[in-house]
Amino acid sequence: MTQAAAMMSPLPSEQASAAVPLPLKVRGMTVSYGATPAVFSADMDIAPGAMTAIIGPNGAGKSTLLKATLGIIPRLSGQVEVFGQPLDRVRARIAYVPQRASVDWDFPTRALDVVEMGLYRQLGLLGRLTRQHRSLARDCLDRVGMADFAGRQIGQLSGGQQQRVFLARALAQGADLYMLDEPFAGVDAATEKAIIDVLKSLKDEGRTILAVHHDLSTVPDYFDNVFIINRSPVAAGPVATAFTETALQSAYGGRLATGLLDQLFPSAGPAPMPQPFPTLDA
Amino acid sequence: MMDLGYNTLLVATGAGLLGIAAGVTGAFLYLRKRSLVSDAISHATLPGVALAFIFMVALGGEGRNLVGLLGGAALSSLAGLAVVQWLTRRTRLGEDAAIGAVLSVFFGFGIVLLTVIQTLGAGRQAGLETFLLGSTAGMLRADAIVIAVGGALTLLACLLLRRPMTMVSFDAEYAATQGLVPARVDMGMMALALAVTTIGLKIVGLILIVALLILPAVAARFWTERAEVVALLAGVMGGLAGASGAVLSALAPDLPTGPIIVLVAAALFTLSLVFAPERGVLAGAIAYMRFRRQVHMRQGLLALAHGHRVHESYSRRLLGRAGLIRADGVVTDQGRRLAAWAARDERRWSYLRSRPEGAALAARYDGLTPIEDLVTPDQLRALDDAIASDGAGPQARGRVPEGRS
Repeated sequence: MTQAAAMMSPLPSEQASAAVPLPLKVRGMTVSYGATPAVFSADMDIAPGAMTAIIGPNGAGKSTLLKATLGIIPRLSGQVEVFGQPLDRVRARIAYVPQRASVDWDFPTRALDVVEMGLYRQLGLLGRLTRQHRSLARDCLDRVGMADFAGRQIGQLSGGQQQRVFLARALAQGADLYMLDEPFAGVDAATEKAIIDVLKSLKDEGRTILAVHHDLSTVPDYFDNVFIINRSPVAAGPVATAFTETALQSAYGGRLATGLLDQLFPSAGPAPMPQPFPTLDA
Repeated sequence: MMDLGYNTLLVATGAGLLGIAAGVTGAFLYLRKRSLVSDAISHATLPGVALAFIFMVALGGEGRNLVGLLGGAALSSLAGLAVVQWLTRRTRLGEDAAIGAVLSVFFGFGIVLLTVIQTLGAGRQAGLETFLLGSTAGMLRADAIVIAVGGALTLLACLLLRRPMTMVSFDAEYAATQGLVPARVDMGMMALALAVTTIGLKIVGLILIVALLILPAVAARFWTERAEVVALLAGVMGGLAGASGAVLSALAPDLPTGPIIVLVAAALFTLSLVFAPERGVLAGAIAYMRFRRQVHMRQGLLALAHGHRVHESYSRRLLGRAGLIRADGVVTDQGRRLAAWAARDERRWSYLRSRPEGAALAARYDGLTPIEDLVTPDQLRALDDAIASDGAGPQARGRVPEGRS
């Protein structure tokens, strides 16, 4: 029940995090491709029972941060703690929804089989897939509105439907921390709604959601917290305090459409042109 | 069965088990898109076989011990595999180039060693060249047992690794989040391929073993959309090819075993390619022809409804055969009725597709399916009422009047 207490405040204070370990705590993470750092010296605290968006410009290292956190790609330095423990101890409590591009679409597998892959870890090498497992997988498909497509080969589904199947696979794990890489990229409106509904219901169950997100205009509607990154963290915290025009401009530089800024921050008046800082890579 | 004899039965059992192991292993290689790596592995066995022979002779042995020769084969193919991996990971070479380089260099080196052995001790070369194409002639009982046990063990390992291999093949990133290390699973898969290649040397030979890994897998893929069924069917077909190929080659003198096994596998592949439901060539052609007939029928009926002449000869043949038009092109009563029905269906669809509230149903419009098949009679009546009350609305006005082209 201390978890409920922690959920009250968007970002738990130091003493709360001492009582209940954070779902995710990253310290000093640097990830590089060759000698080019993609993420540099990132600290990240993810609050429990909330939805956090990782945002930042293209090439800012959003997906890299997520993947390195999960150990999909190696990190050069840094520590990751999940629920206060090293990653390998708590794999079962983390579910990952990859970007759709990472999958072999011609693979002989049906929507239901994909969801069942979410159960493979707990089945182990020899465990038998029982009728209970199968009906659990069906329930997960149902929850994302894909029950009618259980027998369809994965490549024959639309992009939005595929994304929903991957969310169902994550649901099958019954995890406490959900990490999603651009779940709304290139999906139809119906899928976007289905996904956000499921994520919100997960949050209501007290689970934690962390998503790489690209559409700034939906951030205030969908998320509680933001983590703004441009190779290194720029700002982090509740949307109300961290999702500011200043933070966005320093992360995105001149790459933000002023129309979007006006729409997000109507009271601020016309957005000033970003100051041309001398930068090394300019 | 009488004249087959005990030895043939033994060989057929060994070849069958080898075939099952090769089929199942090959299915996972194929799903991981690494089939050709096994070609590099198999060609890289040759120098190992030759060196093992030289080594055993040098130690004063006879040099023909199968386990010894296969051990050498495994070691040198492991070296070949390591070079492929190194070239792919550490250099800018693609895997295809790395495979080509390793395959030819190791094989060339092996051939040179075989020639050297031939010149060294003419009487003792022990028929090492049978490892190229495989031979069961003069196979010992112990050899068959080695092969059968090896096949069974490989199969067991496949069974254990089937879920990790499936997960990594489908979505390696997700597999990594589940605690699997894709590189390690790949290594396990390669070890299986190496095992199959090595134990298959005697029967199928190193040049053709890749066929026994690939053909059953691609044949099985035609029949199913499920990875585990692909593996299962590939095992069945591989076993069938192995056992029956071994028996066939024993029936006629001088028929090489490996090529016969591969031909049987190729026959299974061809049958699958042609006759598999849904994915097969024949099923595809039939589905296309049926679709073409439906399109021409529908377009023909709509043309009749609008009073156009039907020009396309195929449409006219179809309409004529169905008794909808006469030979001189005049529409029959039946034709008029069906044409009116098609036109009404088309009107319903176009009404539905012009309304936002019809969007869900309109998404299923394919120009062929009658709307009556998709809605209840009540819904249909409501739709017709809406069209009737809206009949002279904006939709109808912009239309070309019926009967004019």
